[in-house]
Amino acid sequence: MPEKFDVIVVGAGPSGTSCAYKCAQAGLKVLQIERGEYPGSKNVMGGVLYRKQMEAVIPEFWKDAPVERAIVEQRAWLLDKDSMVTTSVKNNSWEEEPCNNYTILRAKFDQWFANKAVEAGSLLINETVVLECIVEEGKVVGVRTDRPDGDVYADVVVLADGVNSLLAKKLGYHNELKPEEVALTVMEVLNLPKEVINDRFNVTDNQGVTIELFGDATKGNLGTAFIYTNKESLNLGVGTTLSSMIKAKMKPYELIEYVKNHPMVSPLIKGAESAEYLAHLIPEGGYYSIPKLYGNGVLLVGDAAQMVNGIHREGSNMAMASGTLAAETIIAAKEKGDFSEETLSSYKTAILDSFIGKDLKKYKDANHTFEEQPQYFKDYIPMINRAASSFLTVDGTSKRDKQKEALKTFTKEKGTFTVVKDLYRAWKVMK
Amino acid sequence: MEENKNAQTIEEKQYLIRFKADTESHLHVLSHDVCIEKCPDKLCTIFCPAEVYKWEDIRMHVGYEGCHECGSCRIGCPHENIKWEYPKGGHGIIFRLG
Repeated sequence: MPEKFDVIVVGAGPSGTSCAYKCAQAGLKVLQIERGEYPGSKNVMGGVLYRKQMEAVIPEFWKDAPVERAIVEQRAWLLDKDSMVTTSVKNNSWEEEPCNNYTILRAKFDQWFANKAVEAGSLLINETVVLECIVEEGKVVGVRTDRPDGDVYADVVVLADGVNSLLAKKLGYHNELKPEEVALTVMEVLNLPKEVINDRFNVTDNQGVTIELFGDATKGNLGTAFIYTNKESLNLGVGTTLSSMIKAKMKPYELIEYVKNHPMVSPLIKGAESAEYLAHLIPEGGYYSIPKLYGNGVLLVGDAAQMVNGIHREGSNMAMASGTLAAETIIAAKEKGDFSEETLSSYKTAILDSFIGKDLKKYKDANHTFEEQPQYFKDYIPMINRAASSFLTVDGTSKRDKQKEALKTFTKEKGTFTVVKDLYRAWKVMK
Repeated sequence: MEENKNAQTIEEKQYLIRFKADTESHLHVLSHDVCIEKCPDKLCTIFCPAEVYKWEDIRMHVGYEGCHECGSCRIGCPHENIKWEYPKGGHGIIFRLG
């Protein structure tokens, strides 16, 4: 007789582990299955962990978890070839506990987090691929793994298998993803001594900085690059939608070199030593790409459920929140002794009522619009750079004329009507 | 101080990573004829972040051992000509950091 669990969680990333942890804590019999050698060994993230949703799973986690630096400054760079217009928000109160957010290294963090679920009573099995869900009479009753005699049964299966959720696809919960629904991102971890990072980023030992780079960082394609500070390394990455990568015929590893060699970036990473190179897809289809989230005996969480807000670089927090909501749904279903589609449907309501559903809905048209209207990245960022640079170049022209000239730059190059139309369109999808 | 401690080429980048390759590939080009006849640009050889795909005269060479398991080739192949699976449990890429 094969073993039966209350819950099987497929995947040991933030969404799966949040769910496993919460269920185990409530006394449910939980099995978590991870395909990697250890949790985190297949996972990649830019590196910003939001405190709030993690704290909802493990209070005061920062006292124990392997976090790198508390982020006190968030910069945005609008890059052109040899210039940039930047904004920054720095707030030293973000360093005071509970901090706003932290940088982390995922392979370290995920191991720690999954281990917490184990301590709470969840059983973790690594190095095991789930091949498919076992469906009996229209109900998911367990999973088939690639181990010998690898069938395991449970009342409910949680698919936390990430952006490439072959399991959800096999169940018919979504079609194959399209190249415009995913961002292909590559990243390098670059080692630098702590003091060098502190000097170059103007921070102290535990303070961290994030920089998002737009415009020339992706050669004008829809996407961003980023530089985040860890204790003694930087995470430097760049990504565009896979469709942009294809259209522009860019090689991701050449694009990251382009960023590293950009005159605004290279002084920050001078002398750094590459420690790791990573590639991953980010599900950025947003609201319209959300698959079927629940069925008889099954729930979808995290990246598998497309819970990423690409506009605000949020994902791990949505993963954790969705894992937590899934756990609450499961605990209530267990009390009822009913894991039918109808009972589990409260999960979808909970998602849509939470910040996840609200934020994804707010930006539902943003990505598609920017994909179809490339001028925001291709034209406006260089124009802003030219206008700002011209305004600040002292060449004997009066300030009034400079101001006029700078403002005229936009309408001269594009025409007033186009500019107004583009501004309206951007406002509409972001409002 | 050496300037080039950072990995610049894809070969140097791939060299930073630990792989535990299976003896069998988890990536399969379904039809090399499709690559020849319908895909002049051989897009997978361009966008694959690990340069897993290399076109060799008449067939696509798949260096699955260096695959990051990102899924781009499955989604990005315009002819749905790549069968994509996860490597067997415990095999494939092993990230240590990010």
